[in-house]
Amino acid sequence: MEKRVTFRGWLLPLLLIAPQVIISGIFFFYPAGQAIWQSLFIPDPFGLSSRYVGLENFEFLFSDKFYRATFGTTAVFSILVTLFSMIPALFLAVIADRLIKGSGVYRTMLIWPYAVAPAVAGVLWLFMFNTRVGVVSWYLGTLGYDWNHVLNGGEAMGLVAVASAWGRISYNFLFFYAALQSVPRSVIEAAAIDGAHFWRRFFTIVLPLLSPTTFFLLVVNIVYSFFETFGVIHTITSGGPQQSTTILVYKVFSDGFVGQDLGSSSAQSVILLIVVGLLTVIQFKFIEKRVHY
Amino acid sequence: MKKTLFGMLAATSTILTPIAAMAETEVQFWHAFTGRLGELVKAQVEDFNASQSDFVVVESHKGNYSETLNAGIAAFRANEQPHILMVFEVGTATMMAAGGAIKPVHEVMAESGAKFDPNAYIGAVKGYYTSTEGQMLSLPFNASTPVLWVNRDAMTAAGVDPDTDLSTWQNVGATLDKLKAGGEECPLVTAWQSWVHLENFSAYHDVPFATKDNGFAGLDTELSLNGEAQVAHLTAMGQWAKDGKFIYTGRRNEGGANFRAGDCALFTESSAGYAGISSEAKFDFDVRPLPYWEGVGNAPQNTIIGGASLWVMSGHEAEEYKGAGEFLSFLSSSDVQAAWHQNTGYLPITSEAGDATRAAGFYEANPGTEVAVIQMTAKEPTANSKGLRLGSFDQIRGIIDEELEAIWAGDKTAQAAMDSAKERGDALLRRFESANR
Repeated sequence: MEKRVTFRGWLLPLLLIAPQVIISGIFFFYPAGQAIWQSLFIPDPFGLSSRYVGLENFEFLFSDKFYRATFGTTAVFSILVTLFSMIPALFLAVIADRLIKGSGVYRTMLIWPYAVAPAVAGVLWLFMFNTRVGVVSWYLGTLGYDWNHVLNGGEAMGLVAVASAWGRISYNFLFFYAALQSVPRSVIEAAAIDGAHFWRRFFTIVLPLLSPTTFFLLVVNIVYSFFETFGVIHTITSGGPQQSTTILVYKVFSDGFVGQDLGSSSAQSVILLIVVGLLTVIQFKFIEKRVHY
Repeated sequence: MKKTLFGMLAATSTILTPIAAMAETEVQFWHAFTGRLGELVKAQVEDFNASQSDFVVVESHKGNYSETLNAGIAAFRANEQPHILMVFEVGTATMMAAGGAIKPVHEVMAESGAKFDPNAYIGAVKGYYTSTEGQMLSLPFNASTPVLWVNRDAMTAAGVDPDTDLSTWQNVGATLDKLKAGGEECPLVTAWQSWVHLENFSAYHDVPFATKDNGFAGLDTELSLNGEAQVAHLTAMGQWAKDGKFIYTGRRNEGGANFRAGDCALFTESSAGYAGISSEAKFDFDVRPLPYWEGVGNAPQNTIIGGASLWVMSGHEAEEYKGAGEFLSFLSSSDVQAAWHQNTGYLPITSEAGDATRAAGFYEANPGTEVAVIQMTAKEPTANSKGLRLGSFDQIRGIIDEELEAIWAGDKTAQAAMDSAKERGDALLRRFESANR
């Protein structure tokens, strides 16, 4: 039986939700509406004239095999970023959770990278893997591996995925760590008495209990890899080599702000909006059913 | 809200101006230069402001070339556009197509009554920014052209005579073999691959980069960079890349760091690389003309420019245009140009400035600085070597970069890559044509 608290009258509740509604309206609904409207036109860059073309922008996009390939790139990229950021975060959280002394220090240190802006993180990683002066690429060279993300698409994808995931590990760590703290000790102790060793306890008890957090992070990380990784990609590869790191949002940027093709760029934002919407619906509909709260 | 904010800012800046500039007309100038170049621009503006009392030019930095163009476009849409906007050469077609947003420089000059002689400007520089009727649309500001930089010490170390003739790609090819055999790990590196190895390559060999006179004669232009000459060159380059004789470092001028550090023997880069190379290189270097393929096209024709020009934007008062005209005239004056040319390695935009530089003995004191000037001005430009005027060109360059990377990685043949670049580029050209009909 749900317990409901209701307000008397309308003024106070309206007032309370007003900030959220206004902010969503100004920063989400208005621009999204503009994008949808503009996606039906081919304007010139200066806004001097604009020609209504219906769905021609969308037809143009979907007839372009390079645009279609961007979906695949985005999928690979977001899967990599999600895995690279969640698995190490969970591992670190489990280790930090077991610490008896000094956990505060570790916690703080592990959260630090989150404060680094994506573009700065991109430059840091680029510096380490720079083909000429990079520390890591130099070591790889001494091991006989010729690192060259400037020409090798696979290496470029790996590098941008790791660089995007790095700062994100902190964020995920924080959530996993908090969730681990709330796992009841008694359950774990009971399992220990039954003779379950650490990893068995982890997989059969802790992990299922973490599922709401894991699910939440999955959604958030996928959305992150779709939108907020722009800075990393822009600084490290600019979408190259060839098109191996051009994800959907990067193409929105390059068509809109490099190509000045605002019609196509708007159409792409609309498609992106739909894709993310669908993904979120799918996640809530199918994956959430397996989540134990 | 926005208006009030601007009003407040304007009010504050007026209060802060020591001598209230009541009689002076303000001219806004947005540019893309930082660092040393930014200081030089600032100095030019200060000199102009000090030279007369009717106008005040206010310069502001708006980010890199693309960002400056975007800032100008956004400002125009908000009706806050500057009087003078710096636009890089690849944005030329975008600006030209925006007839209602710009005021052609020849018109500005005629109305302002400022000193202006269109014939004083160097043909190959001016050609990029004039209409097919020969009218100057924007004022060339900083112009450079690609040349071959040679690390003489690296040549000697690999057992190659540093005075080897490198005027043709045939000779360069033979030299690359020797460098490689002599243990050089980076025989050849380049900056701005599309600009050097396709755009300038085409002009230099007098073969079309695009139809309709490289886009000068109409928006219905198509790329023709998959021609025989270009494909042959890229095939050779692709083979050099495969053999480790040509090292690819990135789409922009990343290779400059390798060359300046002494890691590479040969480097194809803008003549404006002079400032950086002369100050950082701890080795003996040479500037040579860009190589050409002996027997291909009419090589050597002339190379084309890269850099930016100044566009005057529409929607301002006549008095302000007068100021803009005076400022542009000041920038073109021989002294200002000669100083700019000598300080930066950019080309002089008037022949007079070039002559003044020669007369001052600058070329003897700084060998190699004249190579670019000669390379550009030795022959009268043809329809293939006047420049390029293609819509969405910044993005088309991105496509070309991607396809070139496919060649260097050995994923595609030069022919397949250029056919694909043409197909993809043409689609963007049609979009641009459609947006600017």
